[in-house]
Amino acid sequence: MKTADVLGTAVGNTFRSRTRTILTILAIFIGGFTLTITTGLGTGINQYIDQTVAGIGAEDVMTVTHEQADAGLDSGPTEYDPDAVELNGPGGATAPGRSAIDPITADDLDMIAGIDGVESVEPSKRVSVDYAQVGDGTPYTMSVGTFVPGMEVELAAGSQPDLDATANEIAIPVDYVEAFGFDSDADAVGATIELGLTDAVGGTHVVDAEIVGVSEAGLAGSLGASPNPALTDALYEAQQTGAPAAQAERYGSAIVRFDPAAGDDATQALKDDLADAGFAATTVEDQIGAFKTVIDAIVLVLNAFAVIALVAAGFGIVNTLLMSVQERTREIGLMKAMGMSSGKVFGLFSTEATFIGLLGAAVGVGAGMAVGLGLGNVLATTLFADLPGLMLFAYEPLGVLSIVLLIMAIAFLAGTIPAARAARQDPIESLRYE
Amino acid sequence: MTTPVLQVEDLRKSYGRGATRFDALKGVSFEVRQGESLAIVGKSGSGKSTLMHLLALLDRPTEGRVLLHGEPAERLQGAALNRARNKTFGFVFQQFFLTPGQSVLENVILPLKIAGVGRAERKRRGMAALAQLDLADKAKNKASDLSGGQKQRVVIARALVNDPALIFADEPTGNLDSATGSSVEEILFRLNREQGITLVVVTHDEDLAARCDRRITVRDGLLVDVDAEADAELGEAAA
Repeated sequence: MKTADVLGTAVGNTFRSRTRTILTILAIFIGGFTLTITTGLGTGINQYIDQTVAGIGAEDVMTVTHEQADAGLDSGPTEYDPDAVELNGPGGATAPGRSAIDPITADDLDMIAGIDGVESVEPSKRVSVDYAQVGDGTPYTMSVGTFVPGMEVELAAGSQPDLDATANEIAIPVDYVEAFGFDSDADAVGATIELGLTDAVGGTHVVDAEIVGVSEAGLAGSLGASPNPALTDALYEAQQTGAPAAQAERYGSAIVRFDPAAGDDATQALKDDLADAGFAATTVEDQIGAFKTVIDAIVLVLNAFAVIALVAAGFGIVNTLLMSVQERTREIGLMKAMGMSSGKVFGLFSTEATFIGLLGAAVGVGAGMAVGLGLGNVLATTLFADLPGLMLFAYEPLGVLSIVLLIMAIAFLAGTIPAARAARQDPIESLRYE
Repeated sequence: MTTPVLQVEDLRKSYGRGATRFDALKGVSFEVRQGESLAIVGKSGSGKSTLMHLLALLDRPTEGRVLLHGEPAERLQGAALNRARNKTFGFVFQQFFLTPGQSVLENVILPLKIAGVGRAERKRRGMAALAQLDLADKAKNKASDLSGGQKQRVVIARALVNDPALIFADEPTGNLDSATGSSVEEILFRLNREQGITLVVVTHDEDLAARCDRRITVRDGLLVDVDAEADAELGEAAA
């Protein structure tokens, strides 16, 4: 028998007991549908994270801190180190008891700058604002982030804070627009905002800045306001007023720029060099990677459930085909008596199983994609209206194809049991079978 | 003299072992000559079905050997054995063994499909075989929609389609009324006469056996001395 005939015959046999085949396909459908939904969810969320990467930081930047010594759980209480600073920098309103690390000093900055592959290094100036106020309006608390070169705020109105400007500029989160009494996002652009903060010795300062943009709420990073470097410097200077000179030159972390085009190996080499010098470096990719790892882990667990459903469906295939083998005993015997090889008999039944798998996968994956995309569209305008750009479900051709192939592989494996039984049949016994 | 299609030499077949050992055939030797019609006669349990299975190379003897066209059949393995079964033999069974849901044509071309004959060629030869048995108009009907006689004719068409050297007919008329039975017999003997296809009929029907050129009788796993019995019969007739 030619391979094409084996395929054709197997496909034809699939529909010989229609009800049974349809029920089996239904079982696979459920597994395929679930797997498609969960995979789509993972892809969708990860795509959204990728889109918001620019909002969290730039890809040519890594955050460098001193390596934390003996931070393990087994090491017991950490010895007090008077030189240690909170990660959030001095003078910040951080909760006590957080793990403290050695500060980055001016010497450290020089040392980092000397490492091969470092294009530039600057201290990360963490500032903490007590309140923000527009005109005589109500003051609100506001967190101010660090706006790294290359980073982009997702704007609802206005423009990105100008990195090179000498004037103080800030982009405020969209939530504050109404609170500050502006009529619209566009209305807020151009207004002046007062930022109040407390210095190292308890004095209060007010720094003015121009609102140049209004940022959309994102998944991460843009919950706070984004200042330009000029504003960060002004705020930091105010915050350091009265601090001992020794402390002014100490930072929680430093920001290193490198050339990401040099490749992953070069980046890793740079990290290793920094590690040798006693620093820990984290790129934006690392941070996102951690995020994605969590998402992937959740999706993996969900997928595992879908695969369990598929394995159950696989037993359905075993059952269906065992019944078919039983019913077609004489036919199998006749074909073998007529010179059909055991291999072709095996091929006939395993192809039938795989085809049932293909049908179930096609229907299940199709329905899963339709439901996922439909639901995603509805959710994007309702539940996730505040997270623009978030499509909860997304599908890549390769991912969809691999689901279909996975289901067909499971179906084939299930089919090998009845196929092997059919192949083993003795033509005489089969023809005698009444 | 031409080589016999099939030769069997001291054929023995046993099932089970030890105390439950059962000897179905206890040493059988004969030959099936090219173009003849041979009846294998015997009561049920006599070993005639076992003999047919061994002749059709569906089973291996415990001892002795089968020669196909003068070649020992035990030398045929795997693909060669399957090819020999496919090209050499056609089968006509009492229970038809048609696939009910498939069309008559699809049933008939099954041996060609197994042989790997192309689609167009299959259809052509299938239709030719059906035409030969006056079933061309039933080609598209489902096999299950036919009468018993029609079904047996489809089975003969299927046995015929791959131009076999030999057709095995196992109680070919067993499930048919006498009128349809005799028309089926007629077809089989006509094929034997006109196309030179060797015919081996396994039956317990004396009348059918009598129509064959030659008959061998199996009793308790042994051949009954054919010539002696024939002589005896002749003697009785003369007396």
